[in-house]
Amino acid sequence: MPTTSLRPNRRPGRYTQLSTAPDAPTSATAYKVTGLRVLRSEWAKFWSLRSSWITLGVAVFLLVLFGTIASYTYSPGAATGGPPGGASVDSTAVSLALTGVTFASLAVGVLGVLLSAGEYSTGMIRSTLAAVPRRLPVLWSKAAVIGPIALVLTSIGALAAFLLGTPGLDGENIALSLGDDGVLRSLAGAGVYLGLVAVFGVALGVLIRSSAGAIAVLVGILLILPGLASLLPDSLYDNINPYFPSNAGSAVYALHEASGSLSPATGLAVFAGWVALTLAGAGYRLVKSDA
Amino acid sequence: MIEVSELTKRYGDKTVVDNLSFTVKPGEVTGFLGPNGAGKSTTMRMIVGLDSPTKGSVTVGGRPYAMQSAPLHEIGTLLEAKSVHPGRSAFNHLMALAYTHGISRSRVDEVIELAGLTSVAGKRVGAFSLGMGQRLGIAAALLGDPAIVMLDEPVNGLDPEGVLWVRNLLRSLADEGRAVMLSSHLMSETALIADHLVIIGRGRLLADTTVDDFTREASGGGVKVATAETAKLRSLLSGPDVTITSSSTEELLVLGRDAREIGAIAARHGVALYELTPQSVSLEAAFMELTRDAVEYQSAPADTEREAA
Repeated sequence: MPTTSLRPNRRPGRYTQLSTAPDAPTSATAYKVTGLRVLRSEWAKFWSLRSSWITLGVAVFLLVLFGTIASYTYSPGAATGGPPGGASVDSTAVSLALTGVTFASLAVGVLGVLLSAGEYSTGMIRSTLAAVPRRLPVLWSKAAVIGPIALVLTSIGALAAFLLGTPGLDGENIALSLGDDGVLRSLAGAGVYLGLVAVFGVALGVLIRSSAGAIAVLVGILLILPGLASLLPDSLYDNINPYFPSNAGSAVYALHEASGSLSPATGLAVFAGWVALTLAGAGYRLVKSDA
Repeated sequence: MIEVSELTKRYGDKTVVDNLSFTVKPGEVTGFLGPNGAGKSTTMRMIVGLDSPTKGSVTVGGRPYAMQSAPLHEIGTLLEAKSVHPGRSAFNHLMALAYTHGISRSRVDEVIELAGLTSVAGKRVGAFSLGMGQRLGIAAALLGDPAIVMLDEPVNGLDPEGVLWVRNLLRSLADEGRAVMLSSHLMSETALIADHLVIIGRGRLLADTTVDDFTREASGGGVKVATAETAKLRSLLSGPDVTITSSSTEELLVLGRDAREIGAIAARHGVALYELTPQSVSLEAAFMELTRDAVEYQSAPADTEREAA
């Protein structure tokens, strides 16, 4: 028999050999996983990756750049050129300022995907789930970290785009100021939409577990699905079109409710519903299948 | 304490772990051995709840892993070394894990120093060598000051100094009363560290024994004796539990008596010996013998390979 088995069976000597801190045993008993601590961990994980900073920076940059350019290049009644989703006949100062939302939505969606699917492609998920075996807190925390971060920064970006674009529309009859009816609501709506898109990305990443796959699905749902749906018979198309994620989402930040589109509140509810549904699927997959 | 009981894992119709039961006790180093593809990693993944068993159960410290309130304090794990985001620094990686349990920054610094990573703690893990990645994995395993330490192939990619470090570290962890489990496919290396051995092949338990017993059995290769008077010596040595075979006219292979005994008998009767050699089977050979039928990826003999090419 090995000699060690002759020794009395004592509890592991916490911090004996490994530590110089004599008061450690009391603090060691405080080790416990809590929801707040998982949130803290995900917050630290987010900011400790260079890709987070870059993607987030790109999202805000696109938002500001396209919004400002669209405002300066606007000429009333002119045929639409410039970036897609840009000046059209019923442009407003807000819709011009929010020209970059489509691009920004891809960037923040990718950000969400990288935060979750990135853990699967690198193997980090094994470390994460070994530390948090209940798993679901990881998903909620990722969503709770990236949603507000994206919301706040893109709201600021939208505001900046509007303010920077305002001089470019000086004297035009579509010019608006921040104090005008619905302007702030629309700009904040863009932030809310983009925050939700980031959460959508997180959920897709956990559901699909591959960065490339989840990004492809994200682009498909946000950009391609509405176009593809136009192949449907007109009566059907008119009825379901407003409910597609990206169309419901764009209703959230529209200044005026367009015909055939949802109201901002309904649009928000519908898009949030899509996100919640995807999150539920992600939660199910996270808990049920092997990591 | 890890208790694995009737653990089974199937992927489709392939059974990777088959009705496996064993215990990892505190104060001991348990070597978990098996050829590649024997199911070692899958078993370890099931222990920490990453994979769920098809059948059977496993408890860590008396509770299923998912029920742990502070899992990193109960069991520290090194699975594959690349369970890390390469874009994060070693410090930030450990800190992210530490936050989930409320482990202090000073403890993070402590395990970094313990693992010898102080000079590279701020570097991105993607730039780490295999050995440094392994050290980071061990640092992560020790982070929560765990009662159990479970390491999958810890010496992979380490230099000789690192191997010695791991050996001493695991010994001291076990001496502190912790349960230590390490997997390996190298018998000789494991025998130097472990007290207890759990050997599996094709997901089944092949042996659950101590290193001492395993070594004793492995050394039962008999004693080779060379003399001119083989017939005389043969009759002198014969006994109830003794088997004597000969491969040539001047050589005998004696099973059942040790070299000391044989030498004494020969001297007493004036038989001159030219050679007296205990035929020990190496631990590695004994291990290969044990797992031969259970090897998943059998190499073809060199000549057939050439024919095929």
